[in-house]
Amino acid sequence: MQAETLNDLLAGYTPRSGVADELFAAPGQLRPVWQPLIDHMAGLGPDVLAQRFARGDQYLADAGVYFRQHTASGSDERNWPLSHVPVVIAAPEWRALSDGIVQRAELLERVMADLYGPGRLVSDGLLPAELVAQNSEWLRPVVGTRPPSGHFLHFLAFEIGRSPDGSWFVLGDRTQAPSGAGFALENRMATSRVFFDHFSGSNVERLAGFFRAFRDAANGLRHDGQGRVAILTPGQHTDTYFEHAYIARYLGFLLLEADDLKIDNGLLTVRTVSGPEPISVLWRRLDSRFSDPLELSEESTIGTPGMVSALRQGAVSMLNCLGSGVLETRAMMAFLPRIARTLLGEPLKLPNIATWWCGQPRELDHVRRTLDRMMIGPAQSTRLPFEIDGATVLGGSFRGSAQRPIDDWLATDAPNLVGQEAVTLSTTPAMIDGQLVPRPMVVRVFAARTPQGWTVMPGGYARIGRTEDPTALAMQNGGSVADVWIVGDRPVSRDSLTAQPDGPYVRRAPGVLPSRAADNLYWLGRYVERAESHVRLLRAFHLRREDAGDAETTLIDHLSRFISTFGLDTAQPMPTALLAQFDTALNCAGKVRDRFSTDGWHALNDLAHSAHAMAGTAQPGDDAARAMTVLLRKLAGFSGLVHENMFRFTGWRFLSMGRALERADHTLALLETFCDLKAPAGSFDVAVEVGDSVITHRRRYAVATTRSTVIDLLALDEGNPRSVIFQADLLRREETELPRPEHGPRMTDLGRRILRLQTDLATITPERLTTRRIGGLRRDFAAVSEALTDLYLV
Amino acid sequence: MPVIYDITLEIGYRYERAAGSSRTLLRMLPPTRVDQQLLSGAVTVSPPPDFRLDRTDFFGNAMTEIAHTAPVQETKFRFQGRVRRSPNINPMDLSCPYDRLPSDLAATRSIDALSPHHFLGRSDRVTPGGDIADFAQSIAEPGMTTRALVQAVSSRLHSEMAFDPVATEVTTAPDEAFRARRGVCQDFSHIAISALRTLGIPAGYVSGFLRTLPPPGQERLEGADAMHAWVRAWCGAETGWVEIDPTNAIWAEEDHIVVAVGRDYADVAPVKGSLRATGGQKSTHSVDVVPVD
Repeated sequence: MQAETLNDLLAGYTPRSGVADELFAAPGQLRPVWQPLIDHMAGLGPDVLAQRFARGDQYLADAGVYFRQHTASGSDERNWPLSHVPVVIAAPEWRALSDGIVQRAELLERVMADLYGPGRLVSDGLLPAELVAQNSEWLRPVVGTRPPSGHFLHFLAFEIGRSPDGSWFVLGDRTQAPSGAGFALENRMATSRVFFDHFSGSNVERLAGFFRAFRDAANGLRHDGQGRVAILTPGQHTDTYFEHAYIARYLGFLLLEADDLKIDNGLLTVRTVSGPEPISVLWRRLDSRFSDPLELSEESTIGTPGMVSALRQGAVSMLNCLGSGVLETRAMMAFLPRIARTLLGEPLKLPNIATWWCGQPRELDHVRRTLDRMMIGPAQSTRLPFEIDGATVLGGSFRGSAQRPIDDWLATDAPNLVGQEAVTLSTTPAMIDGQLVPRPMVVRVFAARTPQGWTVMPGGYARIGRTEDPTALAMQNGGSVADVWIVGDRPVSRDSLTAQPDGPYVRRAPGVLPSRAADNLYWLGRYVERAESHVRLLRAFHLRREDAGDAETTLIDHLSRFISTFGLDTAQPMPTALLAQFDTALNCAGKVRDRFSTDGWHALNDLAHSAHAMAGTAQPGDDAARAMTVLLRKLAGFSGLVHENMFRFTGWRFLSMGRALERADHTLALLETFCDLKAPAGSFDVAVEVGDSVITHRRRYAVATTRSTVIDLLALDEGNPRSVIFQADLLRREETELPRPEHGPRMTDLGRRILRLQTDLATITPERLTTRRIGGLRRDFAAVSEALTDLYLV
Repeated sequence: MPVIYDITLEIGYRYERAAGSSRTLLRMLPPTRVDQQLLSGAVTVSPPPDFRLDRTDFFGNAMTEIAHTAPVQETKFRFQGRVRRSPNINPMDLSCPYDRLPSDLAATRSIDALSPHHFLGRSDRVTPGGDIADFAQSIAEPGMTTRALVQAVSSRLHSEMAFDPVATEVTTAPDEAFRARRGVCQDFSHIAISALRTLGIPAGYVSGFLRTLPPPGQERLEGADAMHAWVRAWCGAETGWVEIDPTNAIWAEEDHIVVAVGRDYADVAPVKGSLRATGGQKSTHSVDVVPVD
């Protein structure tokens, strides 16, 4: 039976000849290192296997892993395309490969140090001057810089593939700001869940040790153990922002954007709610050229003015140093083999893809003569060989519409071109439509510098082609990704990032909160609360409209006018302006994803998506009112998650204060309009209803609704969580917990304003709280918001 | 014949509402080099900055980094000093034919500041190609020496383009200015650089000053009221760099005082700053260059 299920599993698996395969060493000859996994899969059978795969997908969805798909009309977040079958590689083979990676990392460090130092590679004729001087990633302002860490490169990735003869080779060096290590971790989490009953006993080497070594190395680069380690991200609109947020949380590093940083008297600092904090190590995930609008690309809007200066003065260790992107240049591959022999005195242990720079007559000639086996593209490009675009010649013809005689092209453009051997990648099993089929793959391997030298992650990030065409590897082209298992003979010990030698339990000091993160949390609180009040208003409006039929009453007019002061159009059952508020809230949350629970994020996403979906269907009147009720329930779900489950760290306080300020303002606006002496009949009930206090009101006041009862309940009742005084009390409580300015006065302007409001509300009577006074209170709350912003958020 | 000048350059900014701190890079101090000596002088800043660092950039230009911690409504940057200028242009054109430049370039294995390799291809403000490339090709004739071709490009530009201080702005792209056939010294220089690079001649940007009033009996040059710009071109290993002023179609000689060199304006802008400001902004710019008798 076992043999039968195995045959079923492998029935569709026929590797092409002339191509290496990961699963089969030769036809019919399964590689021993795969045997246990294949047996396990065969034993589960197709149905159970499908359930297991779904389990992995569920994990990824719950964890919020996504990738950004770019389309003609913009970009959106798509499900993470995990290919559930891992790539399995035997430990001894991996160790040999790792030796090659370490050698290459060391070589790249030397090349980098030379390009930004003496420039001997060029003067000795090992590298053509123009390839450096006309490379937009070679940054002149960085020339002469000596990194305080003593090294330029600290974290690298290499794209590797297996050639038809079974040996590995490098397709590309990722030295700028390599991504993928965090995704490799997530792939591991998901895949180990898919094969949960197999994984633990399968001798797969663990990844945590690699990350621990890198984290400790980064922490060790701090000046005298002072200052913080941060990840510098371009922000939430970048393809890999999820990974930045994820790995920041995983490693305990701050996640910062350029705007958070300031260079002050040769120090790099982050603006936090507790004042400026020094940053001494920056893991740069932002391309070098955009890092400093003053000395690098002028157009950059995502850089920090003075960053180059800070680097030059040794204020910050940058992983990797600015300018490291120059090493990714395709043409560099043509010269590295010779440079290795000269600088290291030994050949490359791991060859790179054969590359010829067409700026040299002999090489150009070779490319011309072997056109059918060549891929020809821009010499200065940093794209990988399989990321082929329109300006690429493959096997003698253009891939795009740029039709022009190739001879002509080579004659006029030669110095800007390289020829690279057309790649033939190995295939690995992928489950497609219930069948295991061979698909081309590349593996991204990661290396980190530690005080003991380079260390290589035992695993990686595999990319699997959608079809047999190796150019369909990229996720943007429908490719998928897979975990990489390095499997040895011996059991591995369980390991996790937090593994520590025995000793007393240490509670980590609370992290700092960058002002920008606080600002986003504050506005998230405000926008969600604002949306909630508007949803309540709209519901009240549609309910009354339904009751009144088409006959317009004064009260409905009054309500409609009030609603329109918030920019909402009551003619729209789901006003565009309301949708915009959900989007803005989502945008704020997206910017602090490293500080936000996955569940909260999902709830907010669901809320925004539901609202957008309803916009197409909701009808005015009862239908719209019901839609609003659904949204209110979802809003309550989100608020519940935030207020019940979020730890009371400083960021939460800003969120909470944003919500309180918004709620106070909205309630006051409601009272100002609906408790005014000139308000139409029925207005008091609207106020109580929109203020979500109908039941309380009925219980507390056994009389008809009057102006005084409404004001008493919605403005002055400390026990009502919707009342204005409740918000003032809450603001006071939270304010006393916020960080104080160092050497500042005991009470800040913010504290004074809140205290005054609290006192005013505690001592006033409903009768004396006139419409005019209400307007005054709104201004006082607005002033609190301004004081808070001035003190903490800018 | 060397000439000594007293020079004052003043650049000022005024903001309606400035916010936060600011950083500024200044390239306003003339260098000392073979054909020019800075005899005395300094760059001053008002209000006094909270941070100041004077150093040289990649191309050897003097650069001052400053920072103001508090918002500044009004800043003034000033260079005042005395410079001796003694250019020495070889009356004989010994440069190689321009189509022989590639072999000279290939033999120049250097990426240091003087290397011609920096000055080919694209740079921030100059992307060779388009109409300017066609224009350049129409000037080149086989067998022309590099220096003669540089001069021809400069002369043709001077005759085809009109000097017009209001037609373009500091951010105008060279292609656009060329289409309009109007512009100021920055446009003339960028267009010339683009044309020369198309022809394979390494070309860069020079910022500097012109004497304010011409010597008796000579015409006043265009561009003397503000900082001026011209072009440097590499004419082969033997001849090296020459400097030419396409705005006035003359070689840059004793009337031209050098401040900074780079691939284009982005490398040499006298003031580059980061300041968050809303509302209006006013800038002033004045230059005074007087020969000392």
